[in-house]
Amino acid sequence: MLAILAQTDKTLFLPPGRSTFAGTHDGLYNFVLWMSVFWLVLIAGLLVYFVIKYRRKSPHDVPEGPTHSTAIELGWTLPPLILVMIIFVWGFRGFRDMNQAPNGAYQVIVNASKWNWSFTYGEGANASQLHVPVDTPISLVLTSSDVIHSFFVPEFRVKKDAVPGRYNKAWFQATQVGEYNLFCTEYCGKSHSQMISKVVVHTKEDYAVWLEKQMRWWEGEKPADVGMKVYTQRGCKQCHSLDGVDGDGPSWKDLFGSTRSFADGTTRVADEDYIRESILNPGSQVVAGFDNVMPTFQGQIKDPEVTGVIEYLKSISTHYEGAVLEVMPGAAEAPPAE
Amino acid sequence: MSVIQDPVNSGVYSGQDQPGGTNYINHSKGVMSWLLTLDHKRIGLMYMVSVLSAFALGGTFAIILRTMLFTHSSPENPISDSGQELYNQMFTLHGAVLVFMFIIPAVPAILGNMILPLMLGAKDVAFPRLNLLSWYCYIVGGLFFLFVLLSGGLDTGWTFYTPYSTSTSTSVAAATLGAFVLGFSSILTGLNFIATIHMLRPPGMGWFQLPLFLWALYATSLIQVLATPVLAITLLLLLAEKVLHIGIFDPALGGDPVLFQHFFWFYSHPAVYIMILPAMGIISELISTFSRRHIFGYSFIAFSSIAIALLGFLVWGHHMYTSGQSGMANAVFSLITFSVAIPSAIKIFNWLATMYKGSISLATPMLYALAFIWLFTIGGLTGVFLGSLALNIHAHDTYFVVAHFHYVMVGSMMTAFLGGMYYWWPKMFGKMYNEPVAKVAWFLIFAGFNLTFFIQFIAGSQGMPRRYADYLPEYAFFHKFSTVGSYVLAAGLVLVLLNWIHALLKGKKAPQNPWGSNTLEWHTSSPPPHENFAETPTVSDPYVMGAWDYDESIDGYVHNPQKAQELAQQGHH
Repeated sequence: MLAILAQTDKTLFLPPGRSTFAGTHDGLYNFVLWMSVFWLVLIAGLLVYFVIKYRRKSPHDVPEGPTHSTAIELGWTLPPLILVMIIFVWGFRGFRDMNQAPNGAYQVIVNASKWNWSFTYGEGANASQLHVPVDTPISLVLTSSDVIHSFFVPEFRVKKDAVPGRYNKAWFQATQVGEYNLFCTEYCGKSHSQMISKVVVHTKEDYAVWLEKQMRWWEGEKPADVGMKVYTQRGCKQCHSLDGVDGDGPSWKDLFGSTRSFADGTTRVADEDYIRESILNPGSQVVAGFDNVMPTFQGQIKDPEVTGVIEYLKSISTHYEGAVLEVMPGAAEAPPAE
Repeated sequence: MSVIQDPVNSGVYSGQDQPGGTNYINHSKGVMSWLLTLDHKRIGLMYMVSVLSAFALGGTFAIILRTMLFTHSSPENPISDSGQELYNQMFTLHGAVLVFMFIIPAVPAILGNMILPLMLGAKDVAFPRLNLLSWYCYIVGGLFFLFVLLSGGLDTGWTFYTPYSTSTSTSVAAATLGAFVLGFSSILTGLNFIATIHMLRPPGMGWFQLPLFLWALYATSLIQVLATPVLAITLLLLLAEKVLHIGIFDPALGGDPVLFQHFFWFYSHPAVYIMILPAMGIISELISTFSRRHIFGYSFIAFSSIAIALLGFLVWGHHMYTSGQSGMANAVFSLITFSVAIPSAIKIFNWLATMYKGSISLATPMLYALAFIWLFTIGGLTGVFLGSLALNIHAHDTYFVVAHFHYVMVGSMMTAFLGGMYYWWPKMFGKMYNEPVAKVAWFLIFAGFNLTFFIQFIAGSQGMPRRYADYLPEYAFFHKFSTVGSYVLAAGLVLVLLNWIHALLKGKKAPQNPWGSNTLEWHTSSPPPHENFAETPTVSDPYVMGAWDYDESIDGYVHNPQKAQELAQQGHH
């Protein structure tokens, strides 16, 4: 009977399953759930029944009853033993399928950092949300640039830690177009609870379109707008404010063109080259009073995006009085400004 | 009269008036007579005050963090940096203070110290000076934690995972040193209990005449002695990593952060059994006493404690299914994890069988025992979800795990501790508590606990990650519900404290044996004299209660030596 219950598609507690793992996972979840309900009702039922039936009539009672029985002890050990072995094998088989991506799965490199996700595609695109085609096995190679994070999509029943200094692998195959929450589930410091992104599942055709656009998403946008999008989408805002109040990193307000002082006593004016280096090699010039905690964005951010950040910083600094670029430099195919 | 024939029981009629009129509480006076005491009972009381203070502190952190989680941010009203930092500090300190300073020491250091020598009919533990030293270790460890509170706090989670713990600027060094020193407190207690149970059993008390609470404490002590040094080494390595940058755990220096998790859980999973085994021992005593029945399946319960202690060493990897450890390691850890379910189930079945055909009293300690069975059954069954590889992947590091370990480590352990406190309260202080108030407090705790934590299983299944200062709107209902539940739970705990204070100040005089149990601590006066027993008590089966007759005039039980002799003879057949 339990097995029949387990086959139903409905679950009391789980979010809807949207990957190929959901079938096995939810079936086992339901089996264990109903088995648990059975034992809990049995145990609590007996407990209440005994409390009522054998309630103390008088403090003088001297009740008699059995004190041991090896046969009973061994007998009641058997059902739980059989059940947990079934659950072990079922869970192991499910895990084995989740552990090994099929050959030819489409690969995405996942880089986690405080407090931002970065997804890199073989075609050269990079994004802070995970975009994938539906009904396609996706293989993830996960790592981290600072502390341990963990990749979790409840609807897909998939989770894997992103550990600095090693590559962990996971895979899934989405079964329905839509947007799903992507959580960091390994505690990673201050903004752990803000390290939430999305998995966007496209049709295969839409995915090809998205990928094509994502490789040059900044085209047609003002560089400063590109910079602002980088700021909000790539995790900059978790540490750098726009209101002049320093967080874990210096505020971006009035940063460009100001004179930066470093721990070793040297100074430097924050010009274009300084900004670029701060993004790609942040440990090389840590401003006095701050810890060296910023991860490098080397390989995860494209030149036009860096240019966008520089132009955006110019636009919000009183130390800069020149013009802000209207068109991304070198964008030969960019549509003419209106 | 009876004084001559049965000096031990003379205390029944005279309350705490032993020959000379003194008991362990009033037999000497002055602060130094406490701070330098070697009396296990006084050390137990000093532990009680300090451990309950830590409990109040850790509980306060819990209420703060649950209150913070009553609301969540929105685009118009984003969460502030300081709000996030405060939350991270609160959940870390809540966990660290309660794990290291309440859950681990509560039952062994308070009730174990108080009762273990009495149950053996002994004058004290084997090494009274080590016992006092263990309390001082606890205090020094506690001071380190106080220093942490005042010096930048701690935001690593109680698990200290690297490389976050080696990179944060909070007081990790002081906290690890504190946990290191607290570990010695735990080791010394365990060592003392092992030696005491081996060496100080009275004539006639073989291993299989030991009360089951002592089997549980023995199993616990084995873990304390064998596992805690691993924690000590791990914390020292962490400290060395942080201060000297030696490169064991930090990948930037060539280390492996997952190695820290292996070391940490090699202690901290067995530590889960340091928390739950003594609780199970208390439950065996309570169920038998308040069903007035011989415990069913004595040897199965005793051996299941040892089995849990040993298997508990081999399952640490089930905390790391998603860490990237090999699939084969995962499979082996999962298999062994499931095997722990069997001895746990055995205990529950035996407790139920003990109630069968009993004479069940719903006195406050028994209510806690019944609550324990409910909470531990839920905690154990949800452990089956988590032990399973496929299900663990989804549930790991969500509120499902939070709910599971609170049911086991808090719900079960705490109800057993409170049940044990109420059970031995008359013995420890010679005073009875107000029963109706105690029952109301029990109800608030039982209801409040289930309201707070049951819904977290659903939140976790829905994907709510743990250790989040903020959450998405779809989880708001679960969090609000849980927070309200935590207030009910807190109210119940405050009522327990008031109930105890009232009992100390105004409680009526307790009889020597209010419950009719036959373990040896009930063979001496309440509270016991400094030297525990006026005369060495006669050992008999701890779970045969027929020799105790109920006496209405004292609302307690009186030992009948003649019946005891008859029962002893029957027992030999």
